[in-house]
Amino acid sequence: MRKLLFAVLIVAAVLAVGAVKVGFIYVGPVGDAGWTYAHDLGRRYLEEHVPGVITDYIESVPEGEEAYRVIVDFIKKGYKIIFTTSFGYMDPTAKAAKEYPNVHFFHCSGYKYNHTNFSAYFGRMYQARFLTGIVAGMMTKSNIIGYVAAFPIPEVIRGINAFALGVKLVNPKAKVHVVWTRTWYNPAAEREAAISLLDSGADVITQHQDSPAPVQAAAERGKYAIGYDSDMSIFAPEAHLTAPIWHWGVFYEAAVKGILNGTWKHGFYWWGMDKGIVDIAPFGPAVPDKVKAVVNAFKELIVEGKFDPFTGPIYDQSGKLRVEKGVRMSDDALLSMNWFVDNVVGSIPKEGEK
Amino acid sequence: MNIEGLIAAAVRMGTPLLFATLGEIITERSGILNLGLEGLMLVGALTGFATSYMTGNVWLAFFAALIVGALFALIHAFMSVTLRVNQVVSGLALTMLGSGISGILGKAFVGKPAAKFQIVNVPGLSQVPIFGAFFKMDPLVYLGYVLVPLLWLFIFRTRWGLTLRAVGEEPSAADSRGINVFLVRYLATMAGGALTAAGGAYLSLAATSMWIENMSAGRGWIAIALVIFSAWEPFKALVGAYLFGFVMSLQLRLQAVGVAHVSADLLMMLPYLVTVVAMILFSFSETFRKRIGAPSALGVPYAREEKS
Repeated sequence: MRKLLFAVLIVAAVLAVGAVKVGFIYVGPVGDAGWTYAHDLGRRYLEEHVPGVITDYIESVPEGEEAYRVIVDFIKKGYKIIFTTSFGYMDPTAKAAKEYPNVHFFHCSGYKYNHTNFSAYFGRMYQARFLTGIVAGMMTKSNIIGYVAAFPIPEVIRGINAFALGVKLVNPKAKVHVVWTRTWYNPAAEREAAISLLDSGADVITQHQDSPAPVQAAAERGKYAIGYDSDMSIFAPEAHLTAPIWHWGVFYEAAVKGILNGTWKHGFYWWGMDKGIVDIAPFGPAVPDKVKAVVNAFKELIVEGKFDPFTGPIYDQSGKLRVEKGVRMSDDALLSMNWFVDNVVGSIPKEGEK
Repeated sequence: MNIEGLIAAAVRMGTPLLFATLGEIITERSGILNLGLEGLMLVGALTGFATSYMTGNVWLAFFAALIVGALFALIHAFMSVTLRVNQVVSGLALTMLGSGISGILGKAFVGKPAAKFQIVNVPGLSQVPIFGAFFKMDPLVYLGYVLVPLLWLFIFRTRWGLTLRAVGEEPSAADSRGINVFLVRYLATMAGGALTAAGGAYLSLAATSMWIENMSAGRGWIAIALVIFSAWEPFKALVGAYLFGFVMSLQLRLQAVGVAHVSADLLMMLPYLVTVVAMILFSFSETFRKRIGAPSALGVPYAREEKS
């Protein structure tokens, strides 16, 4: 009887509170056209697709201790599910997960999690990168493709390699030239990196940067660009070919629904294109139907699980066979990648090799 | 390697540094040390971008940045000239304030496309091989070329320049000769702020056409080091700023052509190293300080009462 009463009380409390409150913590402003913008599209998707959910976000939260304070603020306001969307929030999120066992935490792009109230999540962006590599490989005439990249960390290296494998599949003569900028927030330098590639003969520029500076640089020279994070065609309507993009909304919907009906199992989630968490942006006007057909065919194979970009034989820059023919690389190997495939021109600075 | 491309890149990367360095030279020549350059650049970048976004007129945007930069530097002038607070503290506060204000007010402008300065070829000169690269740039780069000799003439060959230097060297002597030390310092700080903001506006109106938070990315601090590197002299400021732009562009270009990754870290440290060495020498030798051209009264608040 007492148990029943207790249950009724809980149900009443839930009804009284009504909606479940979901908080998001962003590293940049929501309008950044890049990383944070993509997450915010996901948040809005969540609100549309899960009735009774109230969401809020705090933008431009510095990574580190400040994030912990913001997390606790959310919790004090009654937020029960919290998404922290940048690598540098990992430790504050882990700390909060330990201290608030009744709150559910989700941290993006890290490796810490538990099985009770804290999940790590990310997407297999390399699948989309591979497809954009096919586009670049078929569109280039100079056979030099420029890649402006931020930092030599496994996530970025993996993206470069997947892209280069896509290029190689359709155009074995083309090379992918990589320039490291070592910054996420210096558009003038990102643009200069793109120009240095264009000056060296590149006629397609892609990027692992959040700002549209490389896209703009390519467009100004009348060359092609492949953006990142979200559809960047607004900055270069003619030059933009496509972009590997995030669609976080599908994960947010699944996670929140899972929590609400009690089926969610906390752990490590690395979703792929089959779930829709990553995709490519709509093709620009410059992309011919032939290219679209090839890309769509491979997209279908990836979605059906019949093909993975990191399937051997894969050689590194020194010509060493890294992955045997027919073998798929393991997730562990993908997550710690610190070498370039053989059609990449460039090197990985020391700090990336640990 | 594409030499013309490298020259153009060095000039593009050097120009925002040049504006900020020239601005700080004017300010420091009057005896005021302004460490708020990073904040001023951000305020300038945002003002420029926002104005360009709303009006589509890049020149109007550039002048708006100049005016807002001057007004923003007025805070530092008030703090350090009138209130005579510690100039280092006031300058650092200006940087934090500029970064914060531009971050908050700029949220609405992130991810928006806007107009930018276009390249204008100088007839004749732009046709010269290699050297012509200097004359296929945007108008703000040319403004930088013109500003350097003009400022040099102003500082070293005009009565106003003499007044400025007198205030920075011997404010009490200048005062006794009837110069309004406070007014000169106010004006110099505001003019310096305007030029520094112009450097920021270059980033959002010419180098790129976008605004993101903290897009000055430390250039304000580099400019402070370049002022010492340049020995408070506009022509050397030009050399220092372009040299720095050259180093930044060269390392990108070496990567682009596949030359094994060259660590530019050491080269990038150069202006700071020069600054540290200069600081050490300053502390040891007054003659060195004089010879290199550091204003004697730099960073020292001036109060009339002290004279008597």
